[in-house]
Formats: sequence, C-alpha cells, structure tokens
Amino acid sequence: MALYLIRRVINYLILTAVATSLAYLLASVGLNPAQPEQQRHPRPPQIVIDHLLDRWGANPHVPLIERVWVWFSNILFHGDFGISVQNQPVVTLLTTRAGVSLQLLLIGSIIGAILGVVLGVWGAVRQYKPSDQIVTYASFVIYATPVIVMAILLMVLATGFNQAVGTQIITFSGQYSADAPAAFWPQLGDRLVHLLLPTTVLILTSAASYSRYQRNAMLDVLGADYIRTARAKGRTRNSALIRHGVRVALIPMSTFFAYSFGTLVTGSTLLEIIFSWHGMGEQAIQSIQQNDINGVAGATFFVAILILCSSTLSEVLYAALDPRVRR
Amino acid sequence: MTFEAVEILEEENRETAPAEEPEAARVHRKGLSRGGLVWRRLRAKPRFWIGGIAIVLLVLWAVLGPLFTPWTISFEDVNYFNYPPTSLHWFGTDLLGHDIYADTMAGLQKSLIIGFVAGPLSTILSAIVGSIAGYIGGKLDSALSWFINLMLVLPSFFILVLLFPFTHGSWVIMMLFLAITDWMIMAQVIRSQTRSLKEREFVKAARYMGFNAWTVVTRHIIPNVASLLIIDAALGVGGMILAETTLSFLGFGVQAPDVSIGTLLSNAEAAAVTRPWLFFYPAVILVVLLFAINLVGDALRDAVDPTSGVNRS
Repeated sequence: MALYLIRRVINYLILTAVATSLAYLLASVGLNPAQPEQQRHPRPPQIVIDHLLDRWGANPHVPLIERVWVWFSNILFHGDFGISVQNQPVVTLLTTRAGVSLQLLLIGSIIGAILGVVLGVWGAVRQYKPSDQIVTYASFVIYATPVIVMAILLMVLATGFNQAVGTQIITFSGQYSADAPAAFWPQLGDRLVHLLLPTTVLILTSAASYSRYQRNAMLDVLGADYIRTARAKGRTRNSALIRHGVRVALIPMSTFFAYSFGTLVTGSTLLEIIFSWHGMGEQAIQSIQQNDINGVAGATFFVAILILCSSTLSEVLYAALDPRVRR
Repeated sequence: MTFEAVEILEEENRETAPAEEPEAARVHRKGLSRGGLVWRRLRAKPRFWIGGIAIVLLVLWAVLGPLFTPWTISFEDVNYFNYPPTSLHWFGTDLLGHDIYADTMAGLQKSLIIGFVAGPLSTILSAIVGSIAGYIGGKLDSALSWFINLMLVLPSFFILVLLFPFTHGSWVIMMLFLAITDWMIMAQVIRSQTRSLKEREFVKAARYMGFNAWTVVTRHIIPNVASLLIIDAALGVGGMILAETTLSFLGFGVQAPDVSIGTLLSNAEAAAVTRPWLFFYPAVILVVLLFAINLVGDALRDAVDPTSGVNRS
C-alpha cells in the first residue's frame, strides 16, 4: 500500500513539474513584460529594457525552451522563483500570500466538507421529511448561485445589518482592519470578523455540493444488507448507521474531495478579489494584468502543489476508509 | 460539472450491473427504445418541466427582449446618469447612462450562446478522446490518459486565465478555450465505459465481422454512452455560463464596450449597496438561468438512471 502511494505521489510530482513548466511557457508566450517600459515617454533605451528583461529571465532573444529550463532549474536547485516586475523576489510574495490563501482554503474545505457530509447523512436518514426537503432545496438554490453573486449579496446584507445596528460590527474588507488592535485576543477577534463573510461563502458552496452527493451515497447504503445484519446482531439504529453506513458512504466522497478542491481554489480566488484579500489567487490575477511572468508562474506553482496535496490526501483517505485497497 | 461526471460514472456502473437486467427485459417486451424510456421517465418529472420552461422563456426573452427597448448597449443617455428603474429605463442606468435592460439582454444572449455552444462542444471533445483512448488502447491510450491527467493538474480556471492573452479580446475564441479546458473528466468516464463495452458480445461481434474502428465506435460505442453524453452536455451548459461570467467578472473575458453578465456584475460590485439595480437584475437572471439548467440536468440524470439514491424508496 505504501509503495502504491509513493508511486502515485511520484507520478503526480512529474505531472506537476510538466504542468507548471507548460504554464510558464504559456505565460512567456502570452505576456510581454517589456510593454509598460516600451510605452513610457520618453521611451527608455533598448539596452535598459533588455537589462530588465534579462533580470526577469524574459528576454525574447533567449530561446523559449532555455528560459523555461532556467526558470525550472532555478526552482529545483536554488528554490529561486525569479524576480517580479516590482523587483521583489517571487519567493517572498509566495510566502506572505500562501498563508492568506491557506486560511480561506483550509477553513472553507474542512468546515464545508464536514457540514456537507453531516447534512447529507442527516437528509438521507430523514428522506422526504420536511427537514430533508428544506436542506435539499436550499442546497439546490445555493448550488445555482455563483460565488460572485453570493459574496456581493452577503456584503449588501452585512452593510444593511451594520446600518441597522448603527455601528460597524461586520467588517469585510481585507484580512484585518487598518487600525487593528495590537493585543493578541482583540487582534484575533478582528481577523475572525474579517474571515466571516468570505468563509461563509466558501462553506456554503462546498457544503451544498457535498451534501447533495453525500445524501445520494448514503441513500444507496441505507438499504444494504450489512446494515440489516448490524441491526440484527443488536446494534442500535444510530450505531449501525454511523459505524457501518456512514463509513461506506464516505468512500466515494474521498474522490469528490479531490475533484471539488479545484473548484474551491477558483472560488477562493474570486473571494480574495471581491473582499480585497492579498492572497495567491489575487497574485495570479494581478500578475497577468501586469505582464508579470514570474509572478503568474509562482502562483500557478502554488496552486499545482495544492492540487497535488489534495489528490494525495484523497488517495490516503480512500485507503483509510476502504480496506479493500489496503493490500 | 466535475462532480456530476463522477456521479454519472457511479450510476452508469450500477446501470450495467446484472441486477438491472429484469427491467431491461421488461422494456424490451413493450418494444420501447432506451431513448423512449428515458423520455417517458423525464416527462413525468415536474423538475424537468419547470427547468425546461424557464430555459425556453429565457431564450425567448433574450431573442425578443431587445426588440421592445429603444436603447442599445453602447448608447449613453446623458439625461439619466445613475437612475433607478423607471418606465423609460426599465432596469435603470449606470454611471455613464447605459441602459441596464439593454445591457442585461445582451449579456443574457451571450451567456446562452456560450453555454449552448461550449457545453456540447466540450462533451463532443470528451466523447472523441475518451472513446478513441478506450477503444484503441495500448500506447495511444496511455498517452491520452497521461495528457488528461496533465490537463487536470491545474484547475481549468487557471488555464483559462493563462490563455487570456491568446484570446486577443475576442469572446468567440474564449468560448472555444472554455470548451478545450473542460472535457477531461468526462473523457475519463467515457474511456472507462468504452473499455468495458469493448468486451461485450455485440461489440466483439462487430469487430470480428471486420468493421473498422471508426464504424464500431460510431455505431456501437457512442450510442451506448449517449445518455451520459447528453447529461454532461446539459450540465456543461451551466458550467460554461458560470465560467464565462467568472472570467468576464475578473476582466479576462468579454471586453468593453461589449457587455456580458460577468462585466455587469463587475461594474455593480462596488455599487451594490447604493445602486442595487445595477446588481439585482443581472444577478437574478443569472441565478434563475443556472437553476433552470441544473433542474433539467438533474431530471435527465434521474431519468437515465432511476435506481440512483434519490428515487429509491
């Protein structure tokens, strides 16, 4: 089993390396970092522009394949992601922004998955009762609401709430207030309030899709013979459902976790833009707008690593839940 | 979209299980084709009719709606900047005096075109790649599977953002890019289906009769995965509309002076509190459209596989 996992991880690593190199190649062909310099008045001498392009590793006189290799080998051997167009090492950008994105992603994926699974199981057990119907219809409506619409809607509601109360209780711009208190607990509170709206959107969207699939998976399991056997040998209904039902119904969900993670990353990118969080998604979007090849490539690298981790995690979860693959 | 494909695979596996044989036999006696059977189940579902009628109404509105207003998307009414909805400007106007009704109609048209072209296009692509990989097998299969896995390393949204400079601001090119970045999971599903179909007697018979790969795939493989493809295309319509909105919202899709629901939402973002009409109309139309498409896709899935959890009592 360990051997199998290691083989999968090595395979993923090769795929990630090829995919990020291709992303760098796409960015190199599509973006022109010299453009802002060329449009300046007076236009800087060509030698200055060339010098800048060399610094960024983006000089068109160097063959494309060589540029890709230089970029890739610098990461591999020196951990160096190049220089951004603001003349900052991309590594510092990545390390400061990774934490911001991870806050949203971890909270969104963990709470969203747990909530979705619980609601799905609950709905399946209470099939066609009013509570199940409400959860089902609510998840359907949330599923049809894009992240953008839900985020703006929540901002409008929060503003309305603040106006009704008379003070700014729910703040939602950035990760923390400009005048955030320095003491630990008040500062934590300030950050949590800022987390409220973006994580609500992420949790709702992922819980809505999880609960739909978990409900289906659970309904398939409910009528199974081994549940009847567990009841027959004297387990209570709840114990039989949880120990034998939920565990089996969770197996297909470990695959959904890997698939849904990509959607979650896209969603959190949108939320970073809407709520002005300076995370990795924002970095990817801004870098494209600023013709910053190294910036885009760095953010893409981060996302690819995240997907790699989530795929590996889902394989591990699958193996943990399903004894048949543990051989 | 991605979840659905997996869901479909699960259901299709169940469908081909021996337990389903009695129903198939019963159907055969009545002389009902598989398509006829799916249609009969579909007809009985209120979800299908609610969603279907809503989609038809939205399409009619997108086609006929612009005829009832004198305003166009680029016209700036200098007498009415930032006006709430009136009998003159039904959905109000924005900062520059653009009529939001005209803009929303143009956006709805674009969403519908992109959804109904790119969604089926990506399904066709996945059918071609999936059936070729699964049927021919060998080195070609390994190469195609590896390529699919490679395309899945990055979420398609990030590939589309990287591809943005290559669209040169054209939303038609973006529509094609949307289709070529969203076929991978369905191709995997079709590939595994094809591999199991290849071992069935009727496909073997056709092969031993000497039909070439193309004939066997088009006559025997594709018709047998058609229901999966139809569901994928239906759900793909919604996925593509959402992807276009997201890209345009961030400025990587439809470019000014042209408008789409995404650019309208992007303009409305900062003004949603003070000028809610800018946000409300495009957002509600988008949500209704996506909801209707999901209803139809869901009803289709249940009709194709009535033994899935939802229908089992």
